[in-house]
Amino acid sequence: MGESFNIFIKAAFIDNMILAYFLGMCSYLAVSKTVKTAVGLGLAVIFVLGMTMPINWAINTYLLADGAIIEGVNLTFLRLILFIAVIASMVQLVEMVIEKVSPALYNSLGIFLPLITVNCSILGGSLFAVSREYAFGESIAFGLGSGLGWFLAIIAIAAIREKLRTADIPPALRGLGIAFILTGLMGMAFMSLAGLNPADFN
Amino acid sequence: MAETVVAKEKKGGLLGKEEMKLLKDPLHSNNPVTIQVLGICSALAVTGSVYKSLVMSIALIFVCALSSLIISLLRNSIPNAIRMIVQLLVIAGLVQVVEITLGAFAYSAYEQLSVFIGLIITNCIVMGRLEAFAMGNKPWQAFLDGVGNGLGYGFILVAMAIVREMFGKGTFMGWQIMPDAYVLNNLMVLPASSLFVIGVFIWIQRAADPSLVDKS
Repeated sequence: MGESFNIFIKAAFIDNMILAYFLGMCSYLAVSKTVKTAVGLGLAVIFVLGMTMPINWAINTYLLADGAIIEGVNLTFLRLILFIAVIASMVQLVEMVIEKVSPALYNSLGIFLPLITVNCSILGGSLFAVSREYAFGESIAFGLGSGLGWFLAIIAIAAIREKLRTADIPPALRGLGIAFILTGLMGMAFMSLAGLNPADFN
Repeated sequence: MAETVVAKEKKGGLLGKEEMKLLKDPLHSNNPVTIQVLGICSALAVTGSVYKSLVMSIALIFVCALSSLIISLLRNSIPNAIRMIVQLLVIAGLVQVVEITLGAFAYSAYEQLSVFIGLIITNCIVMGRLEAFAMGNKPWQAFLDGVGNGLGYGFILVAMAIVREMFGKGTFMGWQIMPDAYVLNNLMVLPASSLFVIGVFIWIQRAADPSLVDKS
């Protein structure tokens, strides 16, 4: 339990998907113009990450790993395709739920809701969990932690960008240019956390 | 004859005006990285060296052009409910081919790029162009659109890599070009610096062409 909690904290703050690894930038930059859409997308990403991580873990351990189904059969070359298929189905599910529950949010997210499927952080997260050989509980903690980290980062930059609308920025930098520079500064700020191990504080 | 000359211009042909537009727009006014905000993840991670950027760009041009062509050929027979899965399977197949080819012919690039070749599957440019263009246009146009967007991406990536490698490591493609007295700029080696470099590129691009300025 303690190890899972450490992984959760690490994934959310120290190994932040956006600010430390810069995965998932496309939707991060495009949807962060208002806090409302950022919250919507962030919650969707937490859900998708939290659900796909354990499912992909299970597929990898029980289907693909060396000798998992039949002794001596290694199916790891199918990993990418199966992971993407799971992620795509989960995103389709989220899309249907959001369309039913909040059509306004569905319309404002537009193309970026289905684009969660190709959000590097989702596939990257699953690949990290596999390469770091997490156990089942740890992979759920990692998924939820990464999602939370992504959510916090996109809220932070959405809030800053909303405030920036009334700031005096050179016309050529307005919008995208300043968002990039901001993210760079946030990334450098988060580098101060690099190498911290939550386990040391127990 | 005057009539045949007029008829030929209207047909457009293989590389008519619209087709050249598909190749030229993504280089500047509709650039996938700086205007459409796609393909950022890899643009940040592989621009540490010009060699990696070049290999990544060639890989992306290949995947984007061929997947656009294939999806455009299939566009009328894909059921709407599973279109994303079909697109992903096509892209995944092409990326697997790229990965194996790189492993065989350019092993040092394969080693350096490792995860990011696989992440071409999730590169927003490929999916974005399939959804926005290939699903509704003819095969040759879709192919050119894929090539054009790949070239636009490659242009930005190599430009960023030249800046980052020159100032951060003092080299170009591994050959030292900065004098020995030059103190290496370690900021340029950090991944965060690519964000600053892109920001400055966008600044330059929009200052040079005010029609691209964000008016919202």
